[in-house]
Amino acid sequence: MEPLSEKAEEVLESLWVMTVEGDQVGCLLADLQIEADAGELKDLLQRAFVEIRDKRVFLRREGESEARMAVRRHRLAERLTMDILGIAGEEGNEQACVFEHLLRQGVDTKLCTLLNHPSTCPHGNPIPPGDCCTEARRSGSPGIVPLTELKAGESGGIAYLAASDDKKMQKLMSMGVLPGSDIALMQKFPSYIFKVGHSQFAVDESLALQIHVRR
Amino acid sequence: MSESSSALPKVILVGHPNVGKSVLFNALTGAYATVSNYPGTSVEISSGNCLIHEQRYEILDTPGMYSLMPITEEERIGRQILLNEGPHVVVHVIDARNIERMLPMTLQLVEAGLPIILVVNILDEAERLGMKLDLELLQQRLGVPVIGAVMKRKIGLEELFATIRDYRVCPHKVFVYRDDLEQDLAVVASLLRGGYRLSRRAMAMLLIQGDEDIRQLVQQQEDAAGHGELVEVLREIRFRRRADLHLQIGMERRHVSRQMLDGVVIQTRVAEESFGEKLSAWMMNPLTGIPLLLLVIYFGLFQFVGVFGAGTLVDFLEGFLFEEYINPSVITISETYFTAEWLFELIAGEYGVWTLGVRYAVALVLPIVGSFFLVFSILEDSGYLPRLAMMLDRIFKKIGLSGRAVIPMVLGFGCDTMATLVTRTLETSRERVISTLLLALAIPCSAQLGVILGLLSSAPSALAVWTVFLLGAFLLVGVLADRLLPGERPVFYMEIPPLRRPQLYNVGVKTLMRMKSYFLEIFPLFIVASVILWAGKMTNTLDLVIAALSPIVRAIGLPTEATTAFVFGFFRRDFGAAGLYDLQMAGVLSVTQLTVAAVTLTLFVPCVAQLLVMFKERGFRIAVAIFVFVTSFAFSAGWLLNRILVGTGLLL
Repeated sequence: MEPLSEKAEEVLESLWVMTVEGDQVGCLLADLQIEADAGELKDLLQRAFVEIRDKRVFLRREGESEARMAVRRHRLAERLTMDILGIAGEEGNEQACVFEHLLRQGVDTKLCTLLNHPSTCPHGNPIPPGDCCTEARRSGSPGIVPLTELKAGESGGIAYLAASDDKKMQKLMSMGVLPGSDIALMQKFPSYIFKVGHSQFAVDESLALQIHVRR
Repeated sequence: MSESSSALPKVILVGHPNVGKSVLFNALTGAYATVSNYPGTSVEISSGNCLIHEQRYEILDTPGMYSLMPITEEERIGRQILLNEGPHVVVHVIDARNIERMLPMTLQLVEAGLPIILVVNILDEAERLGMKLDLELLQQRLGVPVIGAVMKRKIGLEELFATIRDYRVCPHKVFVYRDDLEQDLAVVASLLRGGYRLSRRAMAMLLIQGDEDIRQLVQQQEDAAGHGELVEVLREIRFRRRADLHLQIGMERRHVSRQMLDGVVIQTRVAEESFGEKLSAWMMNPLTGIPLLLLVIYFGLFQFVGVFGAGTLVDFLEGFLFEEYINPSVITISETYFTAEWLFELIAGEYGVWTLGVRYAVALVLPIVGSFFLVFSILEDSGYLPRLAMMLDRIFKKIGLSGRAVIPMVLGFGCDTMATLVTRTLETSRERVISTLLLALAIPCSAQLGVILGLLSSAPSALAVWTVFLLGAFLLVGVLADRLLPGERPVFYMEIPPLRRPQLYNVGVKTLMRMKSYFLEIFPLFIVASVILWAGKMTNTLDLVIAALSPIVRAIGLPTEATTAFVFGFFRRDFGAAGLYDLQMAGVLSVTQLTVAAVTLTLFVPCVAQLLVMFKERGFRIAVAIFVFVTSFAFSAGWLLNRILVGTGLLL
């Protein structure tokens, strides 16, 4: 079957957000900003992903998986544009909307693995897990996370440093923070305190975010 | 830059912060140190002499350094010393507990071809942590003398003396990096033809890392053609290595030092958490840390500095010693010998050199500032200050500063002038400007604080208004400065050294050093101030200034008499406050007026000494800008507060 159109994917995403994550029972055509005879709606009806009763659109069980994956692709795209490409604000949102439609045929899996199976989007909403996430969890893959994700008292090996500018890199290295060394996080608030070797250091979030740790 | 003048063979101490370098320095020089600015800079370098087997050496203590490639201004000066002075030996002091982290710097120093002695200090603590070190083996591998030490108890000092005396420079070992890096180093080193204190290999490494000072040095030393080629080669290497330059070099050095330490360090057991570590955790957890901070403020500042220093000590010196014994005899002598009116006035008159200058400096200000410095030195030596910095970093970020700026701010409550000097330890000039501004505006020094607390203690509500208003001004101006000043936001990182019981000797030395520099730098200004005031009084210029200023003073709701306090406040912040004290005693001021006056005076222009330091440290333009802003802000705030208080009748 033909892949869904971009507009149809967006309808599914909105339905997912409002009905599955939100507390609405179906949603009004007006809320979706869509006419009853729109092409994408007809397509979705034909595939039996949605049904329309009165003026409300309902997500059917058959459409749930497709909707979940569309939301997943959207939020992964947000992670990509905002975290990796560093595009913030409205511009970031727009770019994410363009990117999400490119994440098909396994590209989402690759991106998800690259981003180390993130569980939330930059706005804090959950990213529905894909097979790759479940697999990573099952195989107990250690996962590499920024120091800020560790709990106080947790320790791990430094995997890599993400510092973009030389000054930050020099500061980290002067503290003995280098890939391959062990690091123990002792406290997270009001600043991050970690221990490398027998020395303790306090750093702020901007530096702690640069240190990526293998749990 | 000139070399230091002494012709004695030089011993330069280098090392990370908190490794016991100054303890070693004191052990070598017996603490007869002179602290002076390194030529052409504002970074203080301690130097002293040491007699070893009938040969005298000059010992130079450098600021703490994390690597040969500097991050802060202080590290830069430390490195300058290595570049400029021709030392007999360079003693690298490291902390045995952190040998793995600190040895890469030893490698850099050895690589630079400097005559190194490695002192592995704090061995006792390392043993307590279950570490055993085979320093013999390390010495073989490094190819330079290695000495184990506990400098606090002078263990290892004799061996260091003998090693310094017998030091012979021999060709150093070369530590080999991976092929690609070696090739780049070789190419760059082969293009260097000038004469340098550091080895070509070390120079090449620093050039590849993009060190700005070294680049300039090389530009001066090399001829134009050779330099052109060098620049091209460096550009190519730096571009090729753009992704991981510093990281790779760091990893290479760690690799070499891990090889060096293989079999040298044996961890026998894991130490239990000590009481010190528990206390440290309490200090850094806001839930327990804030109550502990309040305890420190109550006992350290309020009880010790306020009640004991400003109360008991001042009463004794001023009320007993000066009033009963010294002043009467000075006045008697003056009346007998200095019969001319102008001369009598100059010595023992209302604004006389003795009555105003010396008496204030010795009997009023010194006990307060001295007891503050004692408390500050205890806090500094115990390792509390970095923990405080860590707790306050988040709040300080809102005013454009990092937690690092907590230390000068705290020192400001002792003496703003000295604190302004200390702001140079901050990393960016933006932070230095903001902290200078806030010190000038909203941090009252201990002398002023003492008088103002005494002044307002009769009216607790006035004290509350004063506190709230100053805190508000501090935050408001800080937040505005953060919004308006261009530049990058600061990054906070700080080593948290282990807590330790303050050492009596260290605390004593630090307190005395601060009191000494306070006396040397500020005492003369007391005298100058009293002479100016005397001249002003004799020629009636003082009256003119007061007359010119009084409309402004009246505008903020104060009686004309208060103008004198403001004029005096410029010469010493606490003179001004003391002037208000006299007015309150005379019953001229209402509670509202007293509050407005106290707030305005605290915000008002810093004392002459601080202003001079501002010019010296921040330059003419910025100092003038801060001066103008602070003055106008102080009076506008005073005017506003007066309106609010009169309008609401809050303090009636």
